[in-house]
Amino acid sequence: MKTSTTQFFNPARLFDRDQWEEIFDSLSRNKTRTFLTAFGIFWGVFMLVLLMGGGQGLQSMLATNFAGFANNSGFIMANSTSEAYKGFKKGRKWQIETADLPLIRSSVPEIDILSPMLGSWGNTATYSNNKSNVSVQGKYPDADLIDDPKIKQGRGLNDVDVQQQRKVCVVGTRIVEELFTKGEDPLGKFIAVNGIYYQIVGVSNKSGNGISIGGNATTTVHIPYTTMQNAYNRGNDIDILCLTAREGYKMSDIQKKVERVLKRKHLIHPDDTQAVVKVNAEAIFSMVDNLFAGVSILVWMIGLGTLFAGAIGVSNIMVVTVKERTTEIGIRRAIGATPNDILAMIMSESIVLTLIAGMSGIVFAVLILQVVEQSVQADTPGAVFQITFAIAVGAALMLTTLGVLAGLAPTLRAMQIKPVDAMRED
Amino acid sequence: MMISLKGIHKTYKGAQPLHVLKGIDLNIEEGEFVAIMGASGSGKSTLLNILGILDDYDEGEYTLNGTLIKDLSETKAAEYRNRMIGFVFQSFNLIPYKDAMENVALPLFYQGVSRRKRNELALEYLDKVGLKDWAHHLPSEMSGGQKQRVAIARALITHPQIILADEPTGALDSKTTVEVMELLKDLNKQGLTIVVVTHEQDVGEQTNRIIHIVDGQIV
Repeated sequence: MKTSTTQFFNPARLFDRDQWEEIFDSLSRNKTRTFLTAFGIFWGVFMLVLLMGGGQGLQSMLATNFAGFANNSGFIMANSTSEAYKGFKKGRKWQIETADLPLIRSSVPEIDILSPMLGSWGNTATYSNNKSNVSVQGKYPDADLIDDPKIKQGRGLNDVDVQQQRKVCVVGTRIVEELFTKGEDPLGKFIAVNGIYYQIVGVSNKSGNGISIGGNATTTVHIPYTTMQNAYNRGNDIDILCLTAREGYKMSDIQKKVERVLKRKHLIHPDDTQAVVKVNAEAIFSMVDNLFAGVSILVWMIGLGTLFAGAIGVSNIMVVTVKERTTEIGIRRAIGATPNDILAMIMSESIVLTLIAGMSGIVFAVLILQVVEQSVQADTPGAVFQITFAIAVGAALMLTTLGVLAGLAPTLRAMQIKPVDAMRED
Repeated sequence: MMISLKGIHKTYKGAQPLHVLKGIDLNIEEGEFVAIMGASGSGKSTLLNILGILDDYDEGEYTLNGTLIKDLSETKAAEYRNRMIGFVFQSFNLIPYKDAMENVALPLFYQGVSRRKRNELALEYLDKVGLKDWAHHLPSEMSGGQKQRVAIARALITHPQIILADEPTGALDSKTTVEVMELLKDLNKQGLTIVVVTHEQDVGEQTNRIIHIVDGQIV
């Protein structure tokens, strides 16, 4: 006899209570087996969702810490030389100077922002009787474009501050906590750093967990570059040269060019690897990006692998079940079940089993992610561990597909059972 | 004419083709109670499978109540089986995890009859075979005779044109054999066409007509 493929199965039956009773009847007849089979799927989905959420959570935690930091930036600092060159002994100390800036500008046009910075570490700031260990940074306003101070109160430093060498400062949160009593407004107050008074014009909200130039942002006092030059007698020195690349240029290339310019001007051996210190934030960012791309691939491989193994488990168990039910299926065929009825029966069992197990996996993973997210957000407000609704829907669709695939082998086997099989003695 | 077979041939293909039915001609009138008897390997089971649209035949013509049964698709065959034929098997063939009522109602499930209607009818038919009180018992909780009566109720519920019984008393003791045969005779008196396959002489003798099959031919 030919097998008819004209009709799939009656969709109206999907909403028939009988169809569901049939499915649950047959699933609940062997509870241990059904449970173990379902657990394979459950565990696969649970792991996949949990790992996805975890990976994404870590990434967003880092992203929060990196937020406001230009990812196309780089930094150059001077260090003592390691090669003797043109009559100079090795181990000579040198400084980047303000006079280098126009030279760098003209010879490396790929640079976008070029901002010099001065730094002093291990200072003490005082206000009334309170003391706080701080570092001081002298900078231009455009440095804020590279490392956003996230001003929460007042304002950032501006060009006028630099021009007029104003004694103003922007301070980190820790300094405010240590110098002022709770609820006291730090704005407009004068704090003394190494005997010089600066008026607080702004408070930075940057956390200590992220990356920032020149050390922990919560204990840094930012003052205008020119003010620092005078107050600390730094003349034309530059401690840190902050750069960003123009669109389409790589920071590593730019840094090499700048290094060449500086070495020529300051008479440093071209092969000296120690004299010019380069920090490439772009490379760090891309490394982190690659790391997370790798983690994400790993997550998918592990999750999908486990899920796939679970699906094969379902398929195997159902093939065995179908074999055991040969007589029953034969009886059903003899009393009027069409091949499509049998197809619908086995398929829906597979889909229901997969979906229920998978959905519990999603729900359980979502619960755990919620708990993790809430405890992490106390520290890092921007961290997002929870998967999106779209991902959950996607996972559900994937599970249905998986259920269909897992049901294929047992269904094909069941469809081959002929009604005569019921007539034969077992 | 309820059943009409003309020159039915059936060969099982294989390494050694087996010519099982060698030109069967058979007419069974409506309301007849017929026994098909023969030794094992005579082809009587194959004949029953063909009558029950469980198996195909190679040559000839089979008409069931005016409908030509030939080269049907699986789906069509299932539908005809469901609406025209009631099966009674030697090993009862009840579904073990369904109670008596659900077993009786099952053929109606495949007709798309609603659950309430189905169960109502099932109880009615269980009553007819005297097992209304056993409606919610599983087959494992019933005796052989009771199981066979449940199977008969299941065969009757779709108002089939014929009842095909394959050794219906083969698994029963002599007392319950009598019960079941009385039930079949009763149904026949109400006008049902019944075909029984058996190798027990005394079962055959209780029918109106015995058809002997020897070596794939009616003698």
